[in-house]
Amino acid sequence: MSTATTQQTAYNYKVVRQFAIMTVIWGIVGMAVGVLIAAQLVWPELNLGLPWTSFGRLRPLHTNAVIFAFGGCALFATSYYTVQRTCQARLFGGPLAAFTFWGWQLVILLAAITLPLGITTSKEYAELEWPIDILITVVWVAYAIVFFGTVAKRQTSHIYVGNWFFGGFILTVAILHLVNNAELPVTALKSYSAYAGATDAMIQWWYGHNAVGFFLTAGFLGMMYYFVPKQAGRPVYSYRLSIVHFWALIAVYIWAGPHHLHYTALPDWAQSLGMVMSLILLAPSWGGMINGMMTLSGAWHKLRSDPILRFLVVSLAFYGMSTFEGPMMAIKTVNALSHYTDWTIGHVHAGALGWVAMVSIGSLYHLIPKVFGREEMHSTGLINTHFWLATIGTVLYIASMWVNGITQGLMWRAVNEDGTLTYSFVEALEAGHIGFMVRMIGGAIFLTGMLVMAYNTWRTVSSATAAQVQAAGQPA
Amino acid sequence: MDIGTLRGLGTALVLIAFVGLVLWAFSGKRKSGFDEAALLPFADDRNSKNQE
Repeated sequence: MSTATTQQTAYNYKVVRQFAIMTVIWGIVGMAVGVLIAAQLVWPELNLGLPWTSFGRLRPLHTNAVIFAFGGCALFATSYYTVQRTCQARLFGGPLAAFTFWGWQLVILLAAITLPLGITTSKEYAELEWPIDILITVVWVAYAIVFFGTVAKRQTSHIYVGNWFFGGFILTVAILHLVNNAELPVTALKSYSAYAGATDAMIQWWYGHNAVGFFLTAGFLGMMYYFVPKQAGRPVYSYRLSIVHFWALIAVYIWAGPHHLHYTALPDWAQSLGMVMSLILLAPSWGGMINGMMTLSGAWHKLRSDPILRFLVVSLAFYGMSTFEGPMMAIKTVNALSHYTDWTIGHVHAGALGWVAMVSIGSLYHLIPKVFGREEMHSTGLINTHFWLATIGTVLYIASMWVNGITQGLMWRAVNEDGTLTYSFVEALEAGHIGFMVRMIGGAIFLTGMLVMAYNTWRTVSSATAAQVQAAGQPA
Repeated sequence: MDIGTLRGLGTALVLIAFVGLVLWAFSGKRKSGFDEAALLPFADDRNSKNQE
């Protein structure tokens, strides 16, 4: 706005820097655990015969690390960065922002300790026990105060659409967390859900699917709406479409959860509702994807020279692909084939690696030099290397799981003329062995890309002088 | 009220809300405001130009 306000409006980039660095670190940790458990499925001996290193305990460690540690830190970093720059205001709440950083790291640390020890509520993606749930709630309330406080004191007249998505994500995740984790503590480390039976299952998957819809989608769409236009150097294709996208997405996503419970004890009408709402969800998802893609119209040539933009655009392509695949898998007859098979795992990773991780990585490559006062990353060539490692790794992962999933689905449902099963479970498991191997290799390639990113980040950060880092937070 | 009627009304309400939203977002009156909002990611770039 004016030079007079420069001093008060110096951005709080310290917390952005901290979250950005931890995103890279937790990404490596979480994905390394993922590669380890993928290897355990190829070679079960890697369980080491110990309870703490068994697949059943490390798998939630992997999901929590990649979703809440890697994805969570990426969301904190980019939302704090975006909200300050599009509101032209310093983060609200002074030390509260630092509290969210240290509080969130403590949550991650506690998860890394309790999950291998087998301390768990057994609710998928909500495994952490009640004392940690309370800490998450406190940190999340602080996050909401910092974020919405910054929006409230903005110097601009509009609230940018990216901030609507971040805000929707913060509010909804708070509600999801509180409702699904309603539980009765019996000891300091053990609690039981407040719900029972099919109700518990429905609430769990209302939570579970909206963790996908709001934590892993709405938040990352907020990222997309800032970093894609910024990196392409042109405003979003249609701002009006982005508004319809926002309201349609949040209104429909919340109903899609029952598709996780097809052919279970859940009432049939609820299953059908979940299926129909999942199919409708294709429309807002693709609306957003097209809006992001079309932002590049007239600037497609930039893809040739800019690997950061390539990360962002390919992430949108994977988003479009997995939001088409998802509704198809939610159709009950398709689900009869795909459910409980590796196809589901492949679908999740098309979204998690292809969309969530790649849009985060692209955004971080844009953001890291900015918050450390550098012109650009240490090496653009290494960003390009990372791009190809990430893409090839994701494609290998998805393709192997498609083959495995469909094979498993067909083998499980095959029956002989007399009605007996054609294949035993072990025969279907053996058929997937090569697929498991390819998946592990794909994951390892993706992880290698993250190591390249860590090196590039380290070189970028270490070349920044203290004065440059200090100057980065001053509005230009 | 019959549950079927209630569900029908719910569906109608959602449809009206959606059509209303589209009409609101695409009305000509709001175009200039949205065009302005779409430029917010570049607010900082504009500042640096102003100061030069």
